[in-house]
This record gives sequence, structure tokens and C-alpha cells, in this order.
Amino acid sequence: MPTLSSGNVPPSVAGVDRDLDMSAHPAAIEARHLDFYYGEHQVLFDVSLTVPERSVTALIGPSGCGKSTFLRTLNRMNDLIEGSRCQGEILVEGQNIMEPAVDVVLLRKHVGMVFQKSTPFPKSIFDNVAYGPRVAGEKNRAVLADLVESCLRKAALWEEVKDRLTTSAMSLSGGQQQRLCIARTLATDPRIILMDEPASALDPASTDRIENLIGELCANYTIVIVTHNMQQASRVSHQTAFFYKGKLIESGPTMKIFTHPSEKKTEDYITGRFG
Amino acid sequence: MTMGKLPAWAVQRVSRRHEKLIQAVLFLCAALSVLTTGAIILVLLGNAVYAPGARNAFFEQVSLWEFLTGTHWKPVDGPAGRFGIIPLLSGTIMVAVIASLVSVPAGLGAAIYMSEYAAPREREFLKPVLEILAGIPSVVYGFFALKFITPWILKPALGLLGLELGTFNALSAGIVVGIMVTPLIASLSEDVIRSVPRSLREAAYALGSTRFDVSVRVVVPAALSGILAAFLLAFSRAIGETMAVVIAGGQQPIATLNPLRGAQTMTSFMVHASTGDSAADSISRMSIYAIGIALFAITLTINLISGWILRRYREVYQ
Repeated sequence: MPTLSSGNVPPSVAGVDRDLDMSAHPAAIEARHLDFYYGEHQVLFDVSLTVPERSVTALIGPSGCGKSTFLRTLNRMNDLIEGSRCQGEILVEGQNIMEPAVDVVLLRKHVGMVFQKSTPFPKSIFDNVAYGPRVAGEKNRAVLADLVESCLRKAALWEEVKDRLTTSAMSLSGGQQQRLCIARTLATDPRIILMDEPASALDPASTDRIENLIGELCANYTIVIVTHNMQQASRVSHQTAFFYKGKLIESGPTMKIFTHPSEKKTEDYITGRFG
Repeated sequence: MTMGKLPAWAVQRVSRRHEKLIQAVLFLCAALSVLTTGAIILVLLGNAVYAPGARNAFFEQVSLWEFLTGTHWKPVDGPAGRFGIIPLLSGTIMVAVIASLVSVPAGLGAAIYMSEYAAPREREFLKPVLEILAGIPSVVYGFFALKFITPWILKPALGLLGLELGTFNALSAGIVVGIMVTPLIASLSEDVIRSVPRSLREAAYALGSTRFDVSVRVVVPAALSGILAAFLLAFSRAIGETMAVVIAGGQQPIATLNPLRGAQTMTSFMVHASTGDSAADSISRMSIYAIGIALFAITLTINLISGWILRRYREVYQ
């Protein structure tokens, strides 16, 4: 049985300081007393969490603990699910996004999302990245070309695909497809990026690249990542939040959660006693 | 080698002969459609290309060249007869194209609405209604076109533009055939549109798409091969449609692309000729089979192309 000590926590990726006290940083997202229901079934109970700007927050917990549901409330993706209902407040840069006047289309440009399964559209690599700007009305070919290049560079994919931008995105490998999806999200110029187990379907080398990419991106973007992999959470995040049975058990600087958690439940989960 | 006495568990106690019988009956069921197709082809060829006995087949009296390129269709016996398929072909294509202009947007729009916009309850209502539309006999559609669409909609509308519309015309026939095949396109397209994975839609929504963006930029392109196949099947169905065209389109074999006049399609000629009183082995009667072969060839080709498109361009989602 592993014990809690900093020696057992793997080194972080470049760009992530896990001891940093982020509480002084301005908040990018503040969830307050969030309850969420699928029909009659309640899946989130009074969740309150603050996500600091330009940092990585990892959401961990066993399957079905509500971490993905929580993530999907942050850009109102759950609106698409018939019979779902949400109560409480979610402030994104101070604006409560649960207000009916908030345009979800604009919200989702501002709060981008990368999914577990890479989901390239059956279009060329270029058209995949250019999708968001085009939907937003950008038609100028030169502007789009610049944007596609810069986003592919940020997603560390440019060198691999620059000679075949017109080929189908379906021809890329799984890891490349996932980086393409990240580039596609960056192209809508979001401030916040939500990642729902972005590396869980990838091989170790591809996972490594995604993790390093997260370390680079958090200099400019606020990232919230759901992961099953606790090693990953400890490598890439400044802040970790532990969910259990729909409740947020505790959150704090990643190093603290992984070495001196306040709650017994957290300690049990991190040391592998359940989950 | 002689068989020893079998142990009790291996001895068949119930006769299984009925299993063989069941298999044979089921095989006959499966064979029936194949046999029917074969028989139809034989009958068509046996009257059009080579007729056994004293009778002369159609193409033994009219050259294939004249048949395919002739611009006059005057199916009478004797020297006055002219057997060029062009007038019938133009009527057929005209009706089918008009039908497509009506049914492709309407069918695809209905499919997108049902799969992307409609609440589940609405869809549960719409689907059966569409199926009712598909279940109305085509003769009813024919009279609907003749007695309603032509006099009450098209005549006044075209009258405003100063255009003359015949009582029988290809336009109303095409429109009504379009209405008839709309449920086919809607239903087939909706099936392929719904098979586009949910994850693709979510990814599009997450990039700031409206419902319309998701439908038009992601879902329809992802389902395009199936949608094209549906269009082609509907086109081939429109080409083969008979009763509505007989009633609303008239019986004038003229080589024209003017939809305001009456037109005769291949199918309506076949109906017309087979109810006439010419002798069974006369050339005018034999021409039915030649037209039948042409019709068969056209629809078969379209169906094969649509099947090929489906296989060739299907996006494979893991």
C-alpha cells in the first residue's frame, strides 16, 4: 500500500507549480452551491469550487462520482441532455452563465471543450481547425490560414501535418487526432479549456505529449481536466479537486492533496484503498 | 467398419425430417424474388430482342439505333409507325427531375428537423404521419394533382405570370410524384443522419455551433453518402411511378422539356398501350417490352450507383 509522501508523487510537467497557492489569483470560474439532476436522479450535491485563472485544475474521483457532469455544466453541454436540471450559480469571469440571457453558443466559444474520444469531423485537417472561426463568420482565406497554422503550432501538431493539411483528419493517428481536437478548440479563441479525460484512449507516448502540452497551454489558458489517472492529475495540475458520490470532498493545491489531504476519503482514494 | 451400438444419448428419438422441410420452404421463399426477377427479364427479352416461333420481336423490326435516337413516338402498326424513345424519355426525365426538385429539399429538411430539432414527442408524431403519406395509393395522388394542384394552385399562379397551363401537364405530375417520394427521402435520410455519432454533434456544439451549423456543417456532410443514396433511390422510384403520371401528366408523347404541356412518360405509355386493342403480336404491342427493358435498365443502373456510393463513401466511425 503506497503511503502519502512527496517522494511518491511523480515530477510535474514543465510549467506547473503544484505548491503554488492559487487562492490569491483571480478566479476564472466560481461554482457556487451547484446541484444537478438527471430527471429525478441527483448527481451533484452542493458543489462549490473556484478555478484560478491560467492554471490547471484536475478533477479526480471514482467512476460515477459526478466529475464529468460537473465539467459539462461549465460550458452548459448538459443543456443537450433531455430532462437535465441544474441549480446554483456558475460564475465565469464574474458572469453567472446559468442566466437565461446568456447565449450558450458564445459561451462555448469562450469555454472550449476537448473530449475523451477524439472527434475529428470527416473533413480535411485544415477544415477541422478552421471550423470554429468559420462558424463564427470568418471567411478570409489568409486569416484562416494564419489561424490554422498558429493553432496547430500551439497544439504541437504543425510539424507533423503541415504538408498534408488538405488530407482527411480521419487519416491521423489517435494521438494526432486528439491534438487536432485541441487545436480546433484553440481556434475559437477560448479563455477556458475543459478536458474530459483527454488522454485516456491514448498510448503512453501520446499521453506524454498531451500532458506536456497542458503544461504549455496553462500559461495562457485556464484548464480544467477530468482524469481517472491520478498520476496524471498529480503531474499536470496546480489544483486538485476530489469528487465522491456527487459531492466535492475537498480541493486544494495538488501537492497538498497528494501528500497531506484533510479528508480521510481523499487519502483512501489517493493511496488506492478504493476506486 | 461396422458401427457399434450407439449409446442412448446419441440416438435420435424425434424425427428431424420436418427440419429439412422447413429449410426447403424457407429456401423457396428466398428463391421466389430471384425467380420472379429472372422470369421478368425473360419475358422482356423474349418479346423485345428475340421472339421464339413465327412472331417477330420488337428489335427484329426496329433498329436499336432508331429506338434510342428517334424523336417521334407513334406506336401504330404499318408504315406510319415511329418508335423513337426520346419523347417518352424526355417526359420521364422531366417528371423525375421536377419530383426531385420538390422532394430533395422537402425530404432532407424533414429529416434534419426530425433528427436535430424535434423533441422526442414531436418525432413520435411526425414519423407515422410521414408513413401515412407514403401509404396513400398513387392513383389518389394522381387525382389530387389533376383536380387540385393543376386547377387551384398552378393555373392561378402561372396565370399571374401570363403562362398557359394545360389541363394535363408534366409540372403537376412532377410535383405530386415529388410529394409521394418525399417520405422515402425523409425516412432513409433520417436513418443515416441519426447514425452519425452523438460525440460528433457534441464536439460541434462545444465549438460554438448553433443547431443549424451542427446540422448543415457536420451532420449532413458526415451522412452524405447515405443521403445521396436516398436521393437516387427516390429518383429511380420517381422514374418508375405510373398511376399519378398517367392521370395528371396526360398521354402526349412530345419531345419537349416544357413542363407546362402534357407529356407521356415511359410508364404511362406502357399502361396506355396495354389497355389498347391492338393485336397481341403487333409491333405496337411489342414496343411495350422494349420500353420495359429501357425502364428496367435505367432504374437498375441508378440503384446500383446508389449502392456503390453507399459502400464507397461511407464514413466509418469506431
